[in-house]
Amino acid sequence: MGDVFSFQMPESITDSKPEKVVCGPGLRRNGDEVLVCKSGILRHKQPNLYWIDSQQRRYVPGKGESVIGIITAKSGDIFKVDVGGSEQASLSYLAFEGATKRNRPNVQVGDLVYSQFIIANKDMEPELVCIDSCGRANGMGVFGAGGLLFKVSLGLVRRLLAPQSEIAKDLEKMFPFEIVVGMNGRVWVKSKTIQQTLIVANLLESCENMTAQQRQTLFRRVADGSI
Amino acid sequence: MANDNAKLSKNLLRMKFMQRGLDADTKKQLEEEERRIISDEHWYLDLPELKAKENFIIEERSFGPCEDLKYGRMSFKGFNTEVEKLMIIMNAPNEEELEEEEISRMETDITDEDMARRYESLVGSMKKKFAKKRERSAIEDVNQNATETHKKIAFLKPQD
Repeated sequence: MGDVFSFQMPESITDSKPEKVVCGPGLRRNGDEVLVCKSGILRHKQPNLYWIDSQQRRYVPGKGESVIGIITAKSGDIFKVDVGGSEQASLSYLAFEGATKRNRPNVQVGDLVYSQFIIANKDMEPELVCIDSCGRANGMGVFGAGGLLFKVSLGLVRRLLAPQSEIAKDLEKMFPFEIVVGMNGRVWVKSKTIQQTLIVANLLESCENMTAQQRQTLFRRVADGSI
Repeated sequence: MANDNAKLSKNLLRMKFMQRGLDADTKKQLEEEERRIISDEHWYLDLPELKAKENFIIEERSFGPCEDLKYGRMSFKGFNTEVEKLMIIMNAPNEEELEEEEISRMETDITDEDMARRYESLVGSMKKKFAKKRERSAIEDVNQNATETHKKIAFLKPQD
């Protein structure tokens, strides 16, 4: 913790202007230095992105992230949404597709919403919206008639949403179901029968600590119908 | 009414209707005085110019762009067709940009000359459609370079 790392450039290209460096989660800027503030593995992505790959269960709101929230209160023009962070986020009723002052969205206390952060920093109350910059919903908004909501660790969420996710590929072969994954560690699953829904939920929760081989064995057993 | 200018206030003299009678020179002098007054009243900080330091290090708090995470809603084996459509749209923004570029290139397959020829004939035919009967024949004559008939339309007395 607190290690400083610097970017050593070879002598031949010191003439060129220093390029921008993007420090991702786990790294913090301190003047001209970059400090590490989480324990984990340093990762690099071309051309200039570095971050620390760490594990945690507690979610910290970040701008632009899509999360599943639970509406807890309706006060005036905004809804209070629980996203699992240190404080509740606010969601304006005009931030839904096709919502106007006269045409209010049909949102009740206790509904699940899939929305994005537009403001999320340590100094201000986080704010959510359910539309993008063009005013389209893009799948965001209230969902979840039926289905099951449960919590997983943030690392598993990232593994599920990775571009070449093996867990997602294994799940595809099982049975038809629908899943919504929020970056705050919340996952919602819906399937044709309650039993299938519970199976998928249990599989995901147990994937946390399994190696790829163990996971595939387990999935195969379930697909064969022995569980 | 005071004819003496000294008895009228400065603000009154500065008003538009009082300045219409003045010469150009006096107007310029008054304008300069006003500008001097305004610039004296402006406050400014007596500090050296500070340049903002260029930051080469940008902070990015979210994991999304780091690992190229996909769209969060997924549906498998056709459980929810709308979500499957969304998956295709949201997970391939790069491919979509390429498609748009191709479409815009396709639109210029019809060359400009063809467009001009089309419009030339189109404008003529549309004009003919809405012209009155007499004008229609006049248009046709113009196009075919025929001589105009000087027939005057007057009342013809019925012949016995």
